Amino acid sequence: MSILINKDTKVICQGITGRVGEFHTRGCLEYGTKMVGGVTPGKGGQEVAGLPVFDTVADAKEQTGADATMIFVPPPFAADAILEAIDAEIKVVIAITEGVPVLDMVRVYKAAKESGSVLVGPNCPGVITADECKIGIMPGYIHQKGSVGIMSRSGTLTYEAVWQTSSLGLGQTTCVGLGGDPIVGTSFIDCLRMFEEDGETESILMMGEIGGTAEEEAAAYVKENVTKPVAAFIAGRTAPPGKRMGHAGAIISGGKGTAAEKIAALEDAGIEVAQSPADMGAAMARAIKNSQ
Amino acid sequence: MKIHEYQGKQLFNKFGVKVLENRVAKTAAEAEAAYNDLGGKIAVVKSQIHAGGRGKGTFIENPDQHGVQLVKSAAEAKAAAENMLGNRLVTIQTGPEGKTVNQVIVEAGCDIARELYLGIVLDRAEMKPVLMCSQEGGVEIEKVAHETPEKIFKEHFNPAQGIESFQVRKLCKLLGIEGKSVRAADKFMKSLCRMYVDTDCSLLEINPLVVTGDGELVALDSKINFDSNAAFRHKDWEEMRDLSEEEESEVRASNAGLSYVKLEGNIGCLVNGAGLAMSTMDIIKLHGGQPANFLDVGGGANAEQVTEAFRIILSDKNVKAVLVNIFGGIMKCTTIAEAIVVAAKSVGFEVPLVVRLEGTEVEGGRKILEDSDVDLITATDLGDAAEKVVATLG
Repeated sequence: MSILINKDTKVICQGITGRVGEFHTRGCLEYGTKMVGGVTPGKGGQEVAGLPVFDTVADAKEQTGADATMIFVPPPFAADAILEAIDAEIKVVIAITEGVPVLDMVRVYKAAKESGSVLVGPNCPGVITADECKIGIMPGYIHQKGSVGIMSRSGTLTYEAVWQTSSLGLGQTTCVGLGGDPIVGTSFIDCLRMFEEDGETESILMMGEIGGTAEEEAAAYVKENVTKPVAAFIAGRTAPPGKRMGHAGAIISGGKGTAAEKIAALEDAGIEVAQSPADMGAAMARAIKNSQ
Repeated sequence: MKIHEYQGKQLFNKFGVKVLENRVAKTAAEAEAAYNDLGGKIAVVKSQIHAGGRGKGTFIENPDQHGVQLVKSAAEAKAAAENMLGNRLVTIQTGPEGKTVNQVIVEAGCDIARELYLGIVLDRAEMKPVLMCSQEGGVEIEKVAHETPEKIFKEHFNPAQGIESFQVRKLCKLLGIEGKSVRAADKFMKSLCRMYVDTDCSLLEINPLVVTGDGELVALDSKINFDSNAAFRHKDWEEMRDLSEEEESEVRASNAGLSYVKLEGNIGCLVNGAGLAMSTMDIIKLHGGQPANFLDVGGGANAEQVTEAFRIILSDKNVKAVLVNIFGGIMKCTTIAEAIVVAAKSVGFEVPLVVRLEGTEVEGGRKILEDSDVDLITATDLGDAAEKVVATLG
């Protein structure tokens, strides 16, 4: 067991004929992901990395039986690509693309919620179930099959957490990069619900950052609904207000969305908060120990 | 991306949102002529900078001059413009160094019956834009939101449809807008919501929004931010951008495809990924140091971009040490290592350099650094790196 994706997941890549799409399709194949094809409008019939390319997602699904897609389509066309995947009833839609206009995402988010598809991202590193299936751009080798479910708004900070939990021998079940934009398809709460239900996941590690109130909402959800040990880290204690810190969603505006508020909410919910990013794995270990 | 008040008002005009007649002036003589051109009655001279609080703000060079001034003659308009132009205006949002005023607007006066507040932002919790109004116009809205949130009225809307008439009527009732002003409000609010969507705003604010003696609604101010991600479909933004309002090093970084924010400390940071970059700042602080910047080189940066990143960091005279923290994913550690060697030769490091590499091609990266003659301190993990870089400052 794991969440969202596993060894049987069949994956296509939208934007496979682009340099980045092809590069990461090969990376996923090397990890052992069941990549079954790709989509680029107007390039159907070609072959990339030994995989067939289709004109539409519907064609690709019909021919390959794909149930997940990894999207590398550039920002002007990314919203349309996500909507096409949802329309074709692809179960798990993972949008890696960074730079999608936020009002496009308002439209896409609504469509995703009204469909049977799960959208992860955009502006995220992807999703990986250790030793089974990698959909995204993360370095596969740092992952180790284990018991921690990881979810994060940041890419490289997730790698850091994966590295630390692997070093401590805890390992991971599934790691979900939620994305750094103000509107993303999957929230901390969506992941918490899935991790709580997942038989293999024994504990949950979350990495949040300044901006918005997703962490506060997650804290409230954990308090009421989660029985497994949870640890967290919040990035951006030293970030100045009013400045966008790389991610479109990482901004303290009108005095709201500070790290201090988030940390207080998480601690109030009984979550073990790592004070230092070097301490995320250890915080997870402490939370597990405290629950025993 | 931010624009000036006068540019926002030009957009209001285009979308049928009522504003007062105004003229942009870059010299005192132009301000004088603008006053006469507007009919020679009462007018307001307003400094144009990308910061709020102008009315209460004052100039470093002329402490008695406020950023916004009511004038009753051409001579007064000229004098006010003279006091403002070329000088630094300090407001609650500019920091103590202030911002230089390069242009003012001269705007016709009007008969103000009431001052309200109106703003449109994205509500991240609801995943929809929200129109917010308050009777507390003309004051600091963040304060109202914090102390008396019940005084702010909200209506969400779907971008495709905009706001509906019944929602406007609800807001009017709460705001005490009555009679024929309700019809004016309907057109006013619908046009603003349309503009918010069509021009990809991330913030649209009017404070104050004025109800005139004869029941008209007029935007007396404008504060507009655009969603930078949508730049590809707004070719006119480039013309509206005022580079003099932006930190020079941040413009340089954005031109190189880097994400950089200048801070006050003395430890420069070069990191890949926004979350890790923020965390690196945090851990420096935790070990008693002060970060000089946020810098995310991104996932796909090449050697030239990384070299430019070093140049930008080292151009900050406050920087007394540099910490490189890379967790290679798409970014290969070898790329960073090569860039460090190149930068050391072309830029020259006169301050201590601490490097922590992990992830993709880490062995190769470490070897490149070992084989080079670059003087640096290597660190094994994030905590070790922060400790070592803080220690170099003694």
